[in-house]
Amino acid sequence: MAQTITQKILAKAAGRKFVEAGESVWLNVDILLTHDVCGPPTFDIFREKFGPGAKVWDPEKVVILPDHYIFTENEHARRNIDLLRQFAEEHDLPNHHDVGTDRYKGVCHVALAQEGYNLPGTVLFGTDSHTCTSGAFGMFGTGIGNTDAAFILGTGKIWEKVPESMKFIFEGQMPDYLAAKDLILQILGDIGTDGATYRAMEFDGPAVYSMPMEERMTLTNMAIEAGGMNGIIAADSVTEAYVRERTGKPYEIFNSDPDAEYHSIYRYKTEELEPVVAMPHSPDNRATVRSVQDTRITKSYIGSCTGGKLSDFVMAAKILKGNKVSVPTNIVPATVEAAQSLETEQFDGHSIIKILEDAGCTIAPPSCAACLGGPSDTFGRSEDNDLVVSTTNRNFPGRMGSKKAGVCLASPLTAAASAITGKLTDPREFLR
Amino acid sequence: MDSIIQGKAYVLGKNIDTDQIIPAEHLVYSLSDPEEVKLYGKYALSGVPIAETGLPEGSRPFVEEGKFQSEYSIIIGGPNFGCGSSREHAPFALQVAGAKAIVAESYARIFYRNCVDGGFVIPYETAEQLNKTVLTGDELKIDIENNTITNLTQEVTYTLKPLGDVYNIVMAGGIFAYARQENLMNS
Repeated sequence: MAQTITQKILAKAAGRKFVEAGESVWLNVDILLTHDVCGPPTFDIFREKFGPGAKVWDPEKVVILPDHYIFTENEHARRNIDLLRQFAEEHDLPNHHDVGTDRYKGVCHVALAQEGYNLPGTVLFGTDSHTCTSGAFGMFGTGIGNTDAAFILGTGKIWEKVPESMKFIFEGQMPDYLAAKDLILQILGDIGTDGATYRAMEFDGPAVYSMPMEERMTLTNMAIEAGGMNGIIAADSVTEAYVRERTGKPYEIFNSDPDAEYHSIYRYKTEELEPVVAMPHSPDNRATVRSVQDTRITKSYIGSCTGGKLSDFVMAAKILKGNKVSVPTNIVPATVEAAQSLETEQFDGHSIIKILEDAGCTIAPPSCAACLGGPSDTFGRSEDNDLVVSTTNRNFPGRMGSKKAGVCLASPLTAAASAITGKLTDPREFLR
Repeated sequence: MDSIIQGKAYVLGKNIDTDQIIPAEHLVYSLSDPEEVKLYGKYALSGVPIAETGLPEGSRPFVEEGKFQSEYSIIIGGPNFGCGSSREHAPFALQVAGAKAIVAESYARIFYRNCVDGGFVIPYETAEQLNKTVLTGDELKIDIENNTITNLTQEVTYTLKPLGDVYNIVMAGGIFAYARQENLMNS
């Protein structure tokens, strides 16, 4: 029987040859990810349900990446960091990337890739909805709550309903004024925030495979914004090169069968697409940047798991070089590796960090920062009636802090161009 | 598990995301310390724009200022209830505030799983656009065995979609209780 890549990976994890869309199966989990917001309550449930003295199913497979509320004086948030440390010590967990040590990495979804935890053909569950990001590596990644995570922590297993798949094919090549963010916002505008609920979103086509891993991760990251269970891109030589640079662990590459069944197939001519934004207050509220170009913004924000990777800052630097921002522009590298590469990576003879600083941007240490608002002292948090152009992935009411503020989701190219002019601006204005 | 859930309706619109259910700044409180847990009740649904709270009138907060419990126990929503983050704090906050069930046209996957596996509130689906007809404050009765919801104030009964695969988990009270019952946790 023909299967999609998602079916094949789930079948393997269920110890089967074939699984059918719609059936519920018990899966063996390869990696469980958690962080500072959901880790402590997950550990509480684990202790309560499995009893004192219970052991985690496999210490090597538990990855703890604190990233949400790191640089804050909030006492409850700081307590959560301590609780992660306590649990990791108690259970002798080798993959705890503790705050304040040289093991600290930053935003979990990007760190998972950089630290070699993402392996084609494997199954990764995480206590964060953007765990679907890992699907860029030809693997199954999805978000779960604390109870499910506690169950995995004790058993290594979880039930899941095998999803139907939707396919999104991007024909042709990527023009220099488009980024992966434009493609996923295009899709969201077409199918809506529940257009893929309980389904897999499979990305394919030459424009997708021309992208580096970091850009592919932006596509799969926002599958959840359409309600998708997972986003997935089959592994190719680019994936293998990225993985091999970081780990020697084994992996298995799966591809969808040509005659696999899909819920629906969408085809895009990539060259015909335009830079787009998602206007407040929903990721599917798509508009071409040109159609809203007179909209005044009060801040620009370039960061997060979907917009704080080196490739995002290189795009921003291309626009910002030789220009000055006219609104406060906050830069938050997702990870320590991303922050370090801002110093080493060059564009046009200058380091990326120099270009960003010369343009007047403010640069913060790696974490989730204001992507989800956070405690009141969080860097870059929106205030009052701010209208922020942001490379993050959600713009629900109040998302970046202030309940009265709005967020326009955009590519790093558009966020940078808008930072210069103080209004939503098509990056083509600066790429001529 | 009782077979009847009865209480006052609290009506919301579509796409109620988890940031509206419990804003991210409140995710720092303990979910096991009894005093801190109360704060989840206090802030449940506090991120919903005020005009969209307690429809159709609006401006009716789920939990009154200064209180930790809601007077409403059945939440009526539209499509895509619980979209957004994986925070289990969301259905937990609704339960702490006193919600017993949600009836909506559809749910986001993670929120739905969290409701069921954590045993917090029962997420019912219905083909009816109940948030267009039910008024906040109406007295509702859900009959779990017969999959119906009756608006006692308006004297009308609607059909709920059967819980299907998750019925046994709901009735057991969550994934742990279910797994023990089915001997799934021995391996």
